[in-house]
Amino acid sequence: MTLIKTTYNRRSFLKNSALASGGMMLGFSWLAACKPSPEQLISMPEEWFEINGYLKIGDNGLVTIMSPNPEIGQNVKTSMPMIVAEELDVDWKNVIVEQAPLNTAIFKRQLAGGSQSIRQGWDALRMAGATAKHLLKQAAADAWQVPFEEIETSESVITHKATNNTAGYGEMAAFAAKIAVPEQVKLKEKTDFKIIGTSRKNVDAKKIVTGQPLFGLDYEKEGMLIAMIVHPPAFGKKLGDVNDSKARSMPGIRDVFKIQSYKEGGVKAWCDVSAFDNLVVVVGDSTWQVMKAKKALELEWKVSPETENKIGNFRGDTRIQKVPAGLENSESHKLQMANVDKNKIRVARKDGNTEAAFKKAVKIIERTYTCPFLAHNTMEPMNFFADVTEDKADFAGPIQTPEFMEKSAAERFGLPLEKIDIQMTRMGGGFGRRLYGHFLIEAGVISQKMKTPIKLVYTREDDMTNGVYRPAYHAYYRAGLDADNNLIAFHVRAGGIPESPLAANRFPAGAVDNYLAEDWSLDSNITVGAFRAPRSNFIAGAEQSFLDEVAEEAGKDPIDFRLELLKRALEKPVGENNDYEAARYAGVLELVREKSGWDNELSGLHRGVSAYFCHNSYVAQVLDMVIENGKPVIEKVTAAIDCGIVVNPDAAANMAEGGAIDGIGHAMYSEMTFKDGVPEQSNFDRYRLIRHSEAPKYVDTHFVKSDTDPTGLGEPPFPPIMGALANALYKATGERHYHQPFINHVKKETEFKT
Amino acid sequence: MPTYKLKINGDKKIVNVDADTPMLWVLRDHLKLVGTKYGCGIAQCGACTIHIDGTAVRSCQTPVSVAADYKITTIEGLSEKGDHPVQKAWLEIDVPQCGYCQAGQIMSASALLKANSNPTDEEIDAVMNGNICRCGTYTRIKKAIKIAAKSINA
Repeated sequence: MTLIKTTYNRRSFLKNSALASGGMMLGFSWLAACKPSPEQLISMPEEWFEINGYLKIGDNGLVTIMSPNPEIGQNVKTSMPMIVAEELDVDWKNVIVEQAPLNTAIFKRQLAGGSQSIRQGWDALRMAGATAKHLLKQAAADAWQVPFEEIETSESVITHKATNNTAGYGEMAAFAAKIAVPEQVKLKEKTDFKIIGTSRKNVDAKKIVTGQPLFGLDYEKEGMLIAMIVHPPAFGKKLGDVNDSKARSMPGIRDVFKIQSYKEGGVKAWCDVSAFDNLVVVVGDSTWQVMKAKKALELEWKVSPETENKIGNFRGDTRIQKVPAGLENSESHKLQMANVDKNKIRVARKDGNTEAAFKKAVKIIERTYTCPFLAHNTMEPMNFFADVTEDKADFAGPIQTPEFMEKSAAERFGLPLEKIDIQMTRMGGGFGRRLYGHFLIEAGVISQKMKTPIKLVYTREDDMTNGVYRPAYHAYYRAGLDADNNLIAFHVRAGGIPESPLAANRFPAGAVDNYLAEDWSLDSNITVGAFRAPRSNFIAGAEQSFLDEVAEEAGKDPIDFRLELLKRALEKPVGENNDYEAARYAGVLELVREKSGWDNELSGLHRGVSAYFCHNSYVAQVLDMVIENGKPVIEKVTAAIDCGIVVNPDAAANMAEGGAIDGIGHAMYSEMTFKDGVPEQSNFDRYRLIRHSEAPKYVDTHFVKSDTDPTGLGEPPFPPIMGALANALYKATGERHYHQPFINHVKKETEFKT
Repeated sequence: MPTYKLKINGDKKIVNVDADTPMLWVLRDHLKLVGTKYGCGIAQCGACTIHIDGTAVRSCQTPVSVAADYKITTIEGLSEKGDHPVQKAWLEIDVPQCGYCQAGQIMSASALLKANSNPTDEEIDAVMNGNICRCGTYTRIKKAIKIAAKSINA
């Protein structure tokens, strides 16, 4: 029997019940559409009873479960409530889901990032459901005057067999709401799960396919004006003089002014990354009018001197980040990365003696891999609603870090935390971009100045040229084989602008006696941020491409070669800080080998394999390529994944499919380049994203059966596919690919069929 | 500002906007039909796809002055109860991830099936290549289009 401590008390629920019940949300016409549509429900109850912050039960048995974390397309709005519903033992048909308010007194870690929502929410979500079930059972035991232990529940029904008593959850909800929360409650055995492990449809799907307002850009409040910003056209430039006389006189324009989003010299948190804090703002009645007025502005841009940011870290102290002056170029970035100053190189891990081993090696393989900056390009551009008055600040919109931005807003507007409210809307993509909420601060400053509610809207161009990019990376690899083709030395030296992608303790660390990992970084004034599977999104593909070449040099099958190394890591690991479980790593490789039919060589089928561990989950992928009319076509991707218990299998498969397609797209087509500090791609005419015809025809996903607590899936299926793609391209065309995006290096005659 | 009489989803609507205002913003800002999405503003992503006399067009590149003469359908009006075969197929396959591009995908797919109720993979690609899905739900979209085609032809 598993018991779990109830880490909250009744008072904290009651104190926050107005928030948790969504009461504050009433009154916005925008939200009327976010309520469940009537045909979905058995019927709305006449009265709701607040059981705890995560859920309330109606007198007719309908249950509302709050989804605590931001929804960016990873489908936590379905899977997190499923976990609560499981422990509550409720019939899923009787569940409606609402986005929870930001309230860290009830909900822990209201953040979408690091693929951690399910992993870190697991215990709290189970506890919330189990606690509510306990209270319902206690209410029934009290009402029927029978022992608590003899009460049973199943799919929203409470029974006491001996006395033949039966009640629905709705009948006991009023009593349950008055009972004190016990110190600990019993959790279900995993073998008894009825909802977890079964596929449940996206709770917002009907609203999505009928075009209901869900997203930040759809948010509306009476009297709200539309605001847009203009930021410098180049990194390394700042705002000079503004001539707004023409723009001001245009129809529908209410005001044009300059703002300083973050205070100069102030401390920024990690989520406050922003390249441009001095902006021009146009406010007007409608989006098109403001867009036109923006184009009528005459603006002067000046060269920015070297500056510095004060960045506050988690512990509360600050570090200084230098922001160099200058107008940077992608061509010079490449040269700088290829010729990095030896003094900048730092040893991150060293096992054995690599130099001695390389001297003994019979074969040495050296390769270099690179990738460009990338823009996140969420389909919904950055935007936020703000209504800031003297004594409070209300926000609504798409943000991955509401908890952190609440603190940033409190700091910026000089208000206590309880006077800041951030409503989480569904997000038209996140991918890490919305971890950084400068647009929320900008919206607040504009609202404060206008003394009116505003919605700040970025154009696609504003969004794509504003920074917070995936860094540019560079990795040099060297491997040494002995006469028996054993890998006796391995060296990786990885760096980037402005950070290194190195994960020194990941595979093949632990599997090679002589191992050296080094990192370096170069400063830049181009801002960067986490991009789906940060760092792994490059180093996985580089490493897995390199291992493919080493296996080929060793005359070994690429899967056999990896399994051989993992066997070594399992049986006699080198070093102690190896950041992976070799058995689970090998498990996904074995599963993908079986499911892809790897061992059945078919003529005309060109295959690449890759496997990686990041964000606590293991993913192996095999990419099948065929040549049609002389052009490579991706026929299929087979994925094997170990993320522990799979909460919502079909939705999990959707993440695996999307991750693979996203990875193929970015490795193959996407790049953000700079000329004199100016981003050279500002919309989808020049910034290439993968399209329908370029996606694999099928993605076949298999999960390792497991009763280990679940880990995340938002990021892990994304990085390894880049290696599988490069390795399959080699098999299909005879060309190895080292530099992303591969399309720049694919020979015309072997370019993809599109 | 000029006045335009529009025929949208079977209703008559009157708006006072500049002649060059794209239908996208007329729908979103003036008529509060926000199912049609803004993605790029230059007809490269397909998020803003609507039907004009049954043909899929990018509303970000369609000025209100041009659209006023035609019958306009948006995602909100594709079906009365959200039960168009394409919408049903989308629900069956559980296509969406973030969901932002899906209204545009559905409007492109439904126009495709109206013109060609039994498209090949190549024909699907040719039409749907104009709609970007940043989450990468392409394989599910294709599957859903085929299911919708089957139900239309049944």
